Amino acid sequence: MTAREAVARAHREEWARVVAALTRRFGDLDIAEEAAAEAFATAVERWPADGVPPNPGAWLTTTAQRKAIDRLRRESRREAKQQEAAMRQDAPPEPVGAVEDERLRLVFVCGHPALAADARVALTLRMVGGLTVAEIARAFLVQESTMARRITRAKTKIKAARIPYRVPDAADLPGRVSGVLAVLYLVFNEGYLATGPDADPVRQDLTAEAIRLARLLRALLPQDGEVAGLLALMLLTEARRTARVSPDGGLVALDEQDRTTWDAQLIAEGHRLVRERLDSGEAPGRYQLLAAVNAVHTSARDFRDTDWSQVVALYDQLVRLDRSPVVALNRAIALAELDGPAVALASVDRLAEPLDGYHALHAARAELLRRLDRTAESRAAYDRAIELAGNAAETAALTRRRDQLR
Amino acid sequence: MQYLLNVIHDSAEFATEEEQAAIAVFNQQMKADGYWVFAGGLGVTDNATVVDNRGEEPLVTDGPFVESKEYVVGFWIVEAPDLDVALKLAIEGSKACHRKVEVRPFL
Repeated sequence: MTAREAVARAHREEWARVVAALTRRFGDLDIAEEAAAEAFATAVERWPADGVPPNPGAWLTTTAQRKAIDRLRRESRREAKQQEAAMRQDAPPEPVGAVEDERLRLVFVCGHPALAADARVALTLRMVGGLTVAEIARAFLVQESTMARRITRAKTKIKAARIPYRVPDAADLPGRVSGVLAVLYLVFNEGYLATGPDADPVRQDLTAEAIRLARLLRALLPQDGEVAGLLALMLLTEARRTARVSPDGGLVALDEQDRTTWDAQLIAEGHRLVRERLDSGEAPGRYQLLAAVNAVHTSARDFRDTDWSQVVALYDQLVRLDRSPVVALNRAIALAELDGPAVALASVDRLAEPLDGYHALHAARAELLRRLDRTAESRAAYDRAIELAGNAAETAALTRRRDQLR
Repeated sequence: MQYLLNVIHDSAEFATEEEQAAIAVFNQQMKADGYWVFAGGLGVTDNATVVDNRGEEPLVTDGPFVESKEYVVGFWIVEAPDLDVALKLAIEGSKACHRKVEVRPFL
């Protein structure tokens, strides 16, 4: 491994740990972030000449702590802050395993419900994921200065309103975990179906980051069913990534995907998690049900082989948990394979009002109308779907399907 | 650390008897738990007067400083170790008075 690779690897593995350790010591996310970035910059300079240190994480943390103290000296806020830091350092050492908890604290601060939803996503990617502000800005198609302001504003609020740097109490934990999972799911979905005409249809950096953070959360909260569920859902979705985009950049629907290109390893891992949750006997939450749906799809040799009654049954459970019309739409799409397009179309049409602005509703109608040989209506529905779709690959796929109508 | 819990409402109607009773219970609990600093109910904004003495002469005008559909009808000031505790108090307070509550940290 070259020094450059070692830095890249340390960045993936140690960034959150370094930021978390510094946040705990200095009680300030801003100082922690800046010092961590400086420590990695120093590693880029020094490791090629001096060699990679035997414990990169410890080297980076120590270096970052020095950088932070330097900054505090420079800003001559020495007394208050340094005293505070010294006091924190004098606190009794945390038991082994507390290092893991530190990253978890970071996740909970960044996903705090008092922060704006878009700021939570951005802050999590910066502080826990270690993405640069420029990378996050690109992922969400906003100006770098806009993203920088968003992140700064969130950090300022954390400090001024004193959002605590800790893992919530057991009583509050389930509610807060669900907020953090929602952040990770947003990151993943933005990667899996990136918006904007110029964006890559699939942003693998974002999906990979979301999976990495979900794995971290899973390691920290191994008993939480929804954490396992979300990780499984992401793995089973990610497994189909390469099959999902055709060489010409169009999105490939599930029934047309080349299943031999699916990632067997990710599927096996996802299936293990789904089985583990089934064996627990606990009532599944939303992510576990969605993961189970994806487990059914990824168990089928081909589209026809899919156990559609099982898929519809899982969506029935999901509808009971989540009354959103989007869930009902997905149920209706599965129903088409079980009870035929006419039955499904009746279900879809009942959702026309709440989902009129949602491209997937019109795409689903178009498909069902095509199967019912109602060509003119199908074409109109495709037109509407194309008009509303935000993802380049999706637009291409819809256009292709429309142009295949006779 | 102190937080201002602003009670927000869109009408001048006073709290109902049940709401007043619930607020009294909540206040008692806050005092018992050591969070209480101060609280008060406010009159309608129709009775507000704005004073501006940044210029040469003090300017006195009738009405609230900003006209809006919703406005502050009361407040609590609480002493809490962090935002999570303040939010918990606001959640209980909002339930008790049956109105929205805005949480703002003191500097």
